[in-house]
Amino acid sequence: MQITLQNFTKTFDDVTVIEDMNLEVKDGEMLALLGPSGCGKSTTLFAICGIHRVNGGKILFGDSDVSDLPSQKRNVGVVFQSYALYPHMNAYENIAFPLKVRKDKPADIKRQVHEIAKLTHIEELLERKPGQLSGGQQQRVALARALVRKPDILLLDEPLANLDAKLRLEMRAEIRRIQLETGITAILVTHDQVEAMSMCDRIALMHDGKIVQLDKPSEMYDNPANKFVADFLGNPPITFLDAKHQGDLLVLPNGHEIKNTKLNAAIEMLQIGIRPECFGPQFGTGIKGVVKFIEKQGREELFDIELTDGSQLRSIQSSGSNLSIGDDIDWGLALDDLLLFDMQGDRL
Amino acid sequence: MSHNFRHWPIIVILSIVSLPLIIMFTFQIIDTFTTHPIDSMIPDKITFEQFSFLWDEAETGRANIWEVTLNTFIFATTTAVVVCTVSMTTAYALSRLNFPFRRFFLGGLIILHAFPTVTLIIAIFLILQIIGLYDTLMGVIMVKAALELPFGIWIMKGFYDNVPWEIEMAGVQDGASRFTVWWKLVLPQVQPGIFALMIFSFLSGWSEFLLPQVLAPGNDAQVLSTYMTALIADDTKIDFALFKAVGMFYALPVIAIYLIFQNKLMNIYGGGTKG
Ligand SMILES: Nc1ncnc2c1ncn2[C@@H]1O[C@H](COP(=O)(O)OP(=O)(O)OP(=O)(O)O)[C@@H](O)[C@H]1O
Ligand SMILES: [Mg+2]
Repeated sequence: MQITLQNFTKTFDDVTVIEDMNLEVKDGEMLALLGPSGCGKSTTLFAICGIHRVNGGKILFGDSDVSDLPSQKRNVGVVFQSYALYPHMNAYENIAFPLKVRKDKPADIKRQVHEIAKLTHIEELLERKPGQLSGGQQQRVALARALVRKPDILLLDEPLANLDAKLRLEMRAEIRRIQLETGITAILVTHDQVEAMSMCDRIALMHDGKIVQLDKPSEMYDNPANKFVADFLGNPPITFLDAKHQGDLLVLPNGHEIKNTKLNAAIEMLQIGIRPECFGPQFGTGIKGVVKFIEKQGREELFDIELTDGSQLRSIQSSGSNLSIGDDIDWGLALDDLLLFDMQGDRL
Repeated sequence: MSHNFRHWPIIVILSIVSLPLIIMFTFQIIDTFTTHPIDSMIPDKITFEQFSFLWDEAETGRANIWEVTLNTFIFATTTAVVVCTVSMTTAYALSRLNFPFRRFFLGGLIILHAFPTVTLIIAIFLILQIIGLYDTLMGVIMVKAALELPFGIWIMKGFYDNVPWEIEMAGVQDGASRFTVWWKLVLPQVQPGIFALMIFSFLSGWSEFLLPQVLAPGNDAQVLSTYMTALIADDTKIDFALFKAVGMFYALPVIAIYLIFQNKLMNIYGGGTKG
């Protein structure tokens, strides 16, 4: 079911957390709400499921306005960050609870619980209490409970935040599989960009209660709308250099010149975003500097380089270079992949 | 061995400190089942004579022990039930719902809890007289329950505060009404608290003396504590053996309850449960 937010506004007492947000999630799509802590992701999610009342604007499911509908009538499944399983019930009773509340027939309840347990691979765990389940298993039970009523919409609030790295990887694939199999419209809240990029069809990047960009993951990485997006996406993060625009040349602080004919002549100063993979020996020479720090990440090595004028750049390369801290380097830039921003941070 | 050895000073100190208590209890028990010569403390005969009050017809002017026991039981149980039900609901509201004057109520609760009951007794006495509940069990129960409530609500609020907020939200998302959520999802989490509170208020009611003494002095609403006072107040012939035997009878349920439920009672200090 399609979800539409129209001029959605949320205030807590005097503080406006979200103002005039517009967002459309397509039917069957999995959308990530990505953003730094405190930007209003959970608030948006809770407004969609009805825990928070909206202070302005509308929330539509399909064509119907649900802004004033209580949670119970919205038919939205939610997985909370802490899973919020009912500790006194075993996994079976947890999953059956929404059906019992709906007063389904016992035989139907049994069939549906077993169906969903099969889908989430927890059939052997149904007798256990939440306290006897591992994090990943609890997460599956929570997912099963959210899905068992066949909700129109599935909302996930940082569902993987409490899991260890390996389990997180597994559950990422698992949640995506289940979402695709059920074809449910889903919103995933996360502050982990890898999660957002690997699991979702589209990403809505939020900053201070606003959506700054809504795009496909690859598109957002390659074509950030502004400096914030470029900075937020990508790990290790992008670095920025100030540059002067002179004629058809961009002059870097260290004096290096880059040819550019596309820019509006009126612009004098700008910022160049250089992703770590766009700087290295394979792109020629011209940028001189000193290796300040080397971080070995197994398959790859991350270099912090200080240029001759004191500005910093990062570079990531496959392992095997024989550089050590203090060595001088002379590398080049991948000119086609540089991202240009004006001094306000908007993309040029 | 060395483990015990290190503890012996503590054990000795504890033994010395609790010695008077132990002696008192021992003599209480021995005395009630034996007779001894006037001029000696050493018992010479085992007897159940002193417990004859349990089966013999009561002396004229004195209430029947079983009626008094029943009164005490009704008094304690009703108080416990009222305290639990009201605390269960009030504490939830105070813990979770946002209503006007919430802070005022919370503050009032603490003040009431700390307030010495005795100072209220005259006012309560007058009020009961006016509404016609003076010298009735009903009246004392209401007063006792009201005075126990601040403690009960405070304890239960602590338990509710420990229940994660998400559990309720999850319940609401699952389609349950606020009432179902409270009844089916939240109450089971605070059940140890309710249980402990139930026992505490029962015991508190069982041993209450002041309120029945002042507010229901007649024979009809007599409870065991006031019955015992009546025994020694009757100064024409003080029967200490009888007094001790009734005391024994009076203390038995308390001891039994403590023995059976001691683990659960500890819960009230632990506060809340873990999955
Ligand atoms: N009940 C509330 N009362 C007042 N302010 C609130 C309330 N809930 C959230 N806020 C504020 O709203 C802002 C957004 O909160 P929200 O929980 O949506 O952040 P988030 O994006 O989910 O962050 P995180 O990644 O840390 O979970 C925060 O500044 C927070 O302090
Ligand atoms: Mg959040």
